[in-house]
Amino acid sequence: MGWARKILRVDLTSGSVKSEPLNMEWAQQYLGQRGLATKYLVEEIDPKVDPLSPANKMIMATGPLTGTAASTGGRYSIITKGPLTGAIACSNSGGYFGAELKMAGWDMVIFEGKSEKPVYLWIQDDVAELRDASHLWGKTTWETEELIKSSHQDPQIRVSSIGRAGENGVLYACVINDLHRAAGRSGVGAVMGAKNLKAVAVRGTVGVSGIRDFKAFMAATKAAKKVLADNAVTGQGLPKYGTQVLMNVINEMGALPTRNALDVQFEGARKISGEAMHEKRLTDGKANLVTNNACFGCTIACGRISQVDKTHWSVVNNPKYWGASGGLEYEAAWALGAAGGVDDLDALTVANMMCNEDGMDPITFGATVGAVMELYTMGVLTKEQIGTAAPFGSAEALLEITRMTAEGRGFGKELGLGSARLTAKYGHPELSMTVKSQEFPAYDPRGIQGMGLTYATSNRGACHLRSYTVASEVLGIPIKTDPLVTEGKPALVKAFQDATGAFDSSGTCIFTTFAWSLADLAPQLDAACEGGWTVERLAELGERIWNMERQFNLAAGFTAKDDDLPMRLKTEAAKTGPAKGLVSGIDKMIPEYYQVRGWNTAGVPEKETLERLGL
Amino acid sequence: MKVTFKAYAMLSDYLPDAARRTNAVDVEVPEGTTVIDLIERFRLPRAMCHLVLIDGNFVPPAQRDGRVLRAGETLAVWPPIAGG
Repeated sequence: MGWARKILRVDLTSGSVKSEPLNMEWAQQYLGQRGLATKYLVEEIDPKVDPLSPANKMIMATGPLTGTAASTGGRYSIITKGPLTGAIACSNSGGYFGAELKMAGWDMVIFEGKSEKPVYLWIQDDVAELRDASHLWGKTTWETEELIKSSHQDPQIRVSSIGRAGENGVLYACVINDLHRAAGRSGVGAVMGAKNLKAVAVRGTVGVSGIRDFKAFMAATKAAKKVLADNAVTGQGLPKYGTQVLMNVINEMGALPTRNALDVQFEGARKISGEAMHEKRLTDGKANLVTNNACFGCTIACGRISQVDKTHWSVVNNPKYWGASGGLEYEAAWALGAAGGVDDLDALTVANMMCNEDGMDPITFGATVGAVMELYTMGVLTKEQIGTAAPFGSAEALLEITRMTAEGRGFGKELGLGSARLTAKYGHPELSMTVKSQEFPAYDPRGIQGMGLTYATSNRGACHLRSYTVASEVLGIPIKTDPLVTEGKPALVKAFQDATGAFDSSGTCIFTTFAWSLADLAPQLDAACEGGWTVERLAELGERIWNMERQFNLAAGFTAKDDDLPMRLKTEAAKTGPAKGLVSGIDKMIPEYYQVRGWNTAGVPEKETLERLGL
Repeated sequence: MKVTFKAYAMLSDYLPDAARRTNAVDVEVPEGTTVIDLIERFRLPRAMCHLVLIDGNFVPPAQRDGRVLRAGETLAVWPPIAGG
């Protein structure tokens, strides 16, 4: 079996920890990670619970392939009720923490209650205990990781922690592991902070054993690795340019949301692109990109490690940011850059480092800055209110706002609420580019219609990683579809959503899907786990997970009205590019989407759908 | 007539040195120049030309031989890439 068959339950209120057997009946229905942890969550909490109250729970979950020889098998997810959205939250991260947790012998850790004082969880194989974290409170994720490793005198410990954003209740705080990998979206870090849980530190030496058919597993993982290596995208494109190669593509297609989605093309896109990260700066002769980087077990290695010019105005007096660290991925470069019209690559790189350092989701943060810049441009917000002049394009404003938000001072406290709450407070809720109060990422639904449906129906609020139809609509994977039309998109979105649910529950990375399909994942899972994991079973698993999440959201109070896009995308046409004159066709797609999902016109799963899926 | 040619990612290497920092070069081409004509003029390996756009609109592989460029259009080319 790929499962460790053991979960750790941590009661932060009483300070107790205990081991429980994994519910293997549920594992057969929900596999692991996203699916299985969501099952535990929906069984154990009231959907209407205040996300930041002790009654909410937070689960760190691995998948059956986490910690194994499967390529990219290092993933873990954090599942909880999200404070930014009030919806189900599931944030997935790479790095090495997930594999270490699995190799310590745990499938997942369930946190419940709230600690009276700051604590961190220390796990050494099958021994776990809560320890005082008073000395870590107020520290960044970088400092926290270093302090924990040095106090335990073990550099091989893996740490997942919150920074000051999580402590300060930034509603889109993330959880950072391995310095710059993030369980990024929906504010899982704020939940951790509300529980006074500063970090989880793990050292695992047990390893992952009990693979169902070891020979078949090695053959399946070897074959799947070859598929990744032979594929031009996963074998060459992603390692060399990372996700940032998309900046110029999406801009050329007129689908790059710019200046809070006032525009769909950014004149500065080239300057903040993957290509720009590769070229030597005129100032110091060095490139922004130092090297690529791989998470545990990954044979793609799309990660970016960057270094800024030490003489750049943003860091010239701050050596902390002179070293190489996690660099810009496409989403962060877009949010910190195009969303606010900022084209200073080094400034964006530093802002991204700050987001890693203090644990903030750069997508929601950057998009919120874009909304603030629009409010400033309109004269609704002033320099005195914000604490800095904040016109579109100001890199200085971006960095100052990043600092004040991470530190929770001044106007930064309002920034920490996200754009939905902030724009509503100042009388312009229409300026929030959100679905279910979560900011949408780097693809404009006017230029890529399927992504509009993706955002509107995403169970965790606007998100690209729940059904990445960009693969089809832009890149032709697995087949090319026209990004400017709505026809066929409901079925396409459903297929992507269901397949993604299976990958997110396996322990592997969704980026494998640029080369793999479920037909590549199934043999690996089947060799690792009992249960006869076929393509059909995995597709059904994804559909089951999607409907389970939907039911949670409905019970939490969401309705079909929440499956919608910001009015700007429905009424203000794209001004330039291929989508010029187009708005999102979301209203046409939603009814058909409900139909293909087996939901009624109110977006509620039909009885037959639930029965078919065993829900 | 004048058109703009753009090449990105690994295909940047096929651009003239002066165009490397912009990924774009304006070129004079005769009437009747097709997508493939321009791609071959810059010696881009055809098999590497995965994503081909004219003014941001996708040109399917089957149309690249016959699609004639018009004055002022921008042809942009990428190898197989992806992001997220």
